[in-house]
Amino acid sequence: MRGRFKVGDRVTVLELNKAGHIRTPFYVRHKTGVVVQDCGLFLNPEDLAVGITSGPVVKLYRVQFQQRDLWPDYKGAPQDTLCIEIYDHWLEAARTTARKSAPKPASKKKPATRKKNEPRSARA
Amino acid sequence: MSHEAHEHDDHDHGDHDHDHAHDHGGKHSHPSLVIEDEAGNIEGQIMIDALQNLLVARNLLAHQEVTQEIEKLESPGVHQGAKIVARAWTDPAFKQRLLANGKSAAAELDIKVGEAQLVVVENTPDTHNLITCTLCSCYPRSILGQPPSWYISKAYRARAVREPRAVLAEFGMSLPDDVELVVHDSNADMRYLVLPERPEGAETWSEDKLAELVTRDCMIGVSKALPAQS
Repeated sequence: MRGRFKVGDRVTVLELNKAGHIRTPFYVRHKTGVVVQDCGLFLNPEDLAVGITSGPVVKLYRVQFQQRDLWPDYKGAPQDTLCIEIYDHWLEAARTTARKSAPKPASKKKPATRKKNEPRSARA
Repeated sequence: MSHEAHEHDDHDHGDHDHDHAHDHGGKHSHPSLVIEDEAGNIEGQIMIDALQNLLVARNLLAHQEVTQEIEKLESPGVHQGAKIVARAWTDPAFKQRLLANGKSAAAELDIKVGEAQLVVVENTPDTHNLITCTLCSCYPRSILGQPPSWYISKAYRARAVREPRAVLAEFGMSLPDDVELVVHDSNADMRYLVLPERPEGAETWSEDKLAELVTRDCMIGVSKALPAQS
């Protein structure tokens, strides 16, 4: 399958309210960051954990967030960031415009007002 | 089996490289078996021992196989990561390949990265990288061996993303305010290695000697490489 996102895209992490072997921690849900790496295709851990080893495969991305966006009271330096891996189905294109100090890799930040792919949740 | 928590595989495709402390939720919700049991994970140990005894009694497993497997898990050591770092310090072309694809660059040194992919992140005067795994204890075990107990602790895993500079301070590292701290949550299929800055005063050192300055902690990002002392 083709990935929906590319490096530099601003993306928001969805809340899919799924139970099971979920690799998307709560602290990044609803948060917006920038794709910094397309890691390729992987079997979905949510499937693997229940014995489904035949796929389908899903895209995995590394997404970078401003720490201040994750934690409103973040006490470190304002430029501090966090990178985390998010599978494609947990992401949607960000609807908000880029904030001033987006992470470095977002060299070409276009206000991502593209029509939002409504998340096809749980493709399992 | 005295080794902790390799009782089932999941997204790691059989690489056995993390412990299982996450909540599976759902109908078959069960308490976390491993992790964070400084006092000894008694219940998990009893279950694993019982399972092993059953398997042995039914001739499905021999005790030696368990021992061999544990040995295999525990044999990789920090020196492999150190070798990769020392080569990157002395060979700029290798460093570029390493940053582009950690797994294939490591293979050039006959170091086999057993995990899916290895992402190498470079510390510079402007950027410091710190690795954690908030969901369990993902760690590049095939090149660094087993993680230290603090890496697995819930305190480190929570605080490394929430207040990383305070954590670094407790490790004795005060990061200047103008340095960007990048925390990497190793939550899924990638594994991470920090390429620390090469210590000053070691410009003429051989690769082997440089490797001695590369500690486990500096490859996780909670310290710098050791200072060069001739």
